[in-house]
Amino acid sequence: MNIHFFIKPLASLFLMLCLIACNSSDKSKDSNHSDDIMSDSKEVSSSNKGQAFIEDDGKNPNALQLAIGSEDHTTLVKAVQAAGVENALVNVGPLTVFAPTNAAFNKLDKTTLENLLKPENKSALGKILLHHVAPSNYPIGTLEKNVEQNRKLYMADGHYLEVTRQGEDIYLGDTKIIATVNVSNGWVHIVDDVLLHN
Amino acid sequence: MKAIKKIILGLSAGLLLIGCGNNSKDGSSGAMTSSNAEKVYVPPGEHDEFYAFLSGGYSGNLTVYGLPSGRMFKEIPVFSQFPTNGYGYSEETKAMLNTSYGFIPWGDSHHPDISQTNGELDGRWIFINENNTPRIARISLTTFETEEIIEIPNSAGNHASSFVTENTEYIVAGTRFAVPNPQKDMPIDEMKGEFKGPLSFISIDQEHGHMAIDFQLNMPGFNYDLSHPGRDKSHGWFFFTSYNTEEAHSMMEVNASQNDKDFIAAVNWKKIAEYVENGGGTKVAGTYAHNTYDESTMTATTEMKEGVISVDPRDVEGAVYYMPVPKSPHGLDVDPSGQYIIGNGKLSTQLSVYSFEKMMTAIENKDYDGDAYGIPILSFESVLEGVVDSGGLGPLHTEFDGKGYGYTTFFISSEVVKWEIGSWEVIDRLPIYYSVGHLTIPGGNSRKPFGKYMFSMNKITKDRYLPTGPELEHSAQLYDITGDKMELLLDFPTHGEPHYAAAIPAELIKSKSKKYYELEENNHPHAVKNEKDTRVESNGNEVHVYATTVRSHFAPDNVEGVKVGDKVYFHITNLEQDFDVPHGFAMIGANTSEILIMPGQTKTITWEPKREGVWPFY
Repeated sequence: MNIHFFIKPLASLFLMLCLIACNSSDKSKDSNHSDDIMSDSKEVSSSNKGQAFIEDDGKNPNALQLAIGSEDHTTLVKAVQAAGVENALVNVGPLTVFAPTNAAFNKLDKTTLENLLKPENKSALGKILLHHVAPSNYPIGTLEKNVEQNRKLYMADGHYLEVTRQGEDIYLGDTKIIATVNVSNGWVHIVDDVLLHN
Repeated sequence: MKAIKKIILGLSAGLLLIGCGNNSKDGSSGAMTSSNAEKVYVPPGEHDEFYAFLSGGYSGNLTVYGLPSGRMFKEIPVFSQFPTNGYGYSEETKAMLNTSYGFIPWGDSHHPDISQTNGELDGRWIFINENNTPRIARISLTTFETEEIIEIPNSAGNHASSFVTENTEYIVAGTRFAVPNPQKDMPIDEMKGEFKGPLSFISIDQEHGHMAIDFQLNMPGFNYDLSHPGRDKSHGWFFFTSYNTEEAHSMMEVNASQNDKDFIAAVNWKKIAEYVENGGGTKVAGTYAHNTYDESTMTATTEMKEGVISVDPRDVEGAVYYMPVPKSPHGLDVDPSGQYIIGNGKLSTQLSVYSFEKMMTAIENKDYDGDAYGIPILSFESVLEGVVDSGGLGPLHTEFDGKGYGYTTFFISSEVVKWEIGSWEVIDRLPIYYSVGHLTIPGGNSRKPFGKYMFSMNKITKDRYLPTGPELEHSAQLYDITGDKMELLLDFPTHGEPHYAAAIPAELIKSKSKKYYELEENNHPHAVKNEKDTRVESNGNEVHVYATTVRSHFAPDNVEGVKVGDKVYFHITNLEQDFDVPHGFAMIGANTSEILIMPGQTKTITWEPKREGVWPFY
């Protein structure tokens, strides 16, 4: 599947929507509309939105591109966009991302999920997403080492998660890793629960 | 296609929400507005307000920029040969690149820092460290030339360097990669307890700036990463971050519940200097090159030195303590008052702020939480003053504006966060394009920052400029920090890979900048000061050409009788005594370089003719 095929139309759609939405709010602040519209049209160039919005023709997808290309992770992508943390997921990293599937999100209470996606809960949602990211490379082999040495995994929100093995499977807390993908900026482990810090 | 459409719709809804938030902010702070263009516009013929000295990283050099224009004025060769003016190629300057490992043509420069008096920038010298083959260089801010390079023995990965104390008493150098000290061949899996991390204190002679290794503090074998001096009330102390979790995790002395913490080493250098002055410490082996450039003879010389004073930190009571820091600290910064020490765990989301007062109280009360190799560990709770909970990812470095705010870079989330000293509240945050490393505020590492501009130095460039193939110059971004909100003013490319920069008001140095070298003060042994003294002298196979150059000819302009097998030294003196009239010299077939000679200077290149014939120079 060609990931860039997705990104291009997305980016242009995004620019259009932003221009419409945001110029209206500027009008009330500044009397000089025409200048604002001009500066905004430059301002919202894809590169000024961050690395997530530029085309780099990379052969291997990064963590964000992988999620965008996956039909099983549409909710996760929506959440990442709503929290505004796209750029962190395309950075050089290395990062390890635990990516809950749509089914995992569906296990959450529907109202809770809807609330989290609201703009006013952007920072709470951001924190939850950070709880799914471990700075550094953690392929399965390294996670297995954590199990052997009884070492917890430090997550980007500052909390720790216990790593255990049950039979052939590696668990993060109570959540099983169901698949693993090596991405250009680290590792993505697919999980079937949303990891929530209590 | 159905699936794609769905995703697009879902996403655009999501994007619209954030897009709006970001955009209304961008709209009101409009980086492209005409007023921002005016803020960085320096009309033709006028001067920038600040000089900025950016390290060149793998270029090994130091580049000079103007702020706010972002124009590059000069590249100062330091640790690398430089074809533009022949540094490291000309016979006079080759010695600058000598080390105990031999001649090294290319280095890795890291953290420049400008000399200070009473904690304020004084514009005398700028220092910069070489990371790979540990060295410190001193550059004159009168001539913008490298005057001295000292090698640091017994050290590896000279990264926690080259920061100055507030009266330029000392420059420090750290050991980023713990090594056996003294060096010996040994199995790496026996490193624990065997390796050391010496911290070197290099004293500065205040009259000439000459550097000397005063002592090395033979610290436990952690990896000392970055450092900053105390100032004002904490003057006399130096703080170093350390990491190496493997060592920390397996270290018996550290309590199991602290496994996720490394250390800041707090070093009372005044106490240790006194101890050494009174005969303390042991002389240990260590060979190092000390290269000095004499401005009057225009010639660099290398002195190979042997032995340094080593101090065991446990032998000086009350001089060295560890403070725990969460998650692999990298950057360490001290606020202008000297009261707060900021440690950034690069795997953390938070900054830990330590209070110097609390540290002193904890020391007095012996509020220890065990020790590491006999060095007391102050309890985390007793020294921690506050936490900046930024929500960013991968905090690296902090600078201060002198108005009560700190500015911290976050590598992974690629942003700069402005926060308030005291309340530790986040005031503002801006995305950086892309993957910011260091940032600089002029005087940001002193008692008196000039909080008008801040610039970030970024690791990733991607599409910021016209593409130039896979290899791109790094990008920097300049911000106006005079208001509550930071405003992006300008993007400009930088040379090499800047790791930190030091900046200073132009007024503090521009009037002192040398315009040419006095011919009368030229003590170069091969100088000729007028055309009638020019000559060719032969001594066996050695031919010395004593030549002059002045607009627009050489004297002599013909040299005859040179044979294949001879080694010809062209000593060229530039007789000009005007500002900005350098002359070049090039000889066909010379395997050294061309050279560039400043007015009043003498420089030498060698030529060994390979074939018979008539060969031009120009």
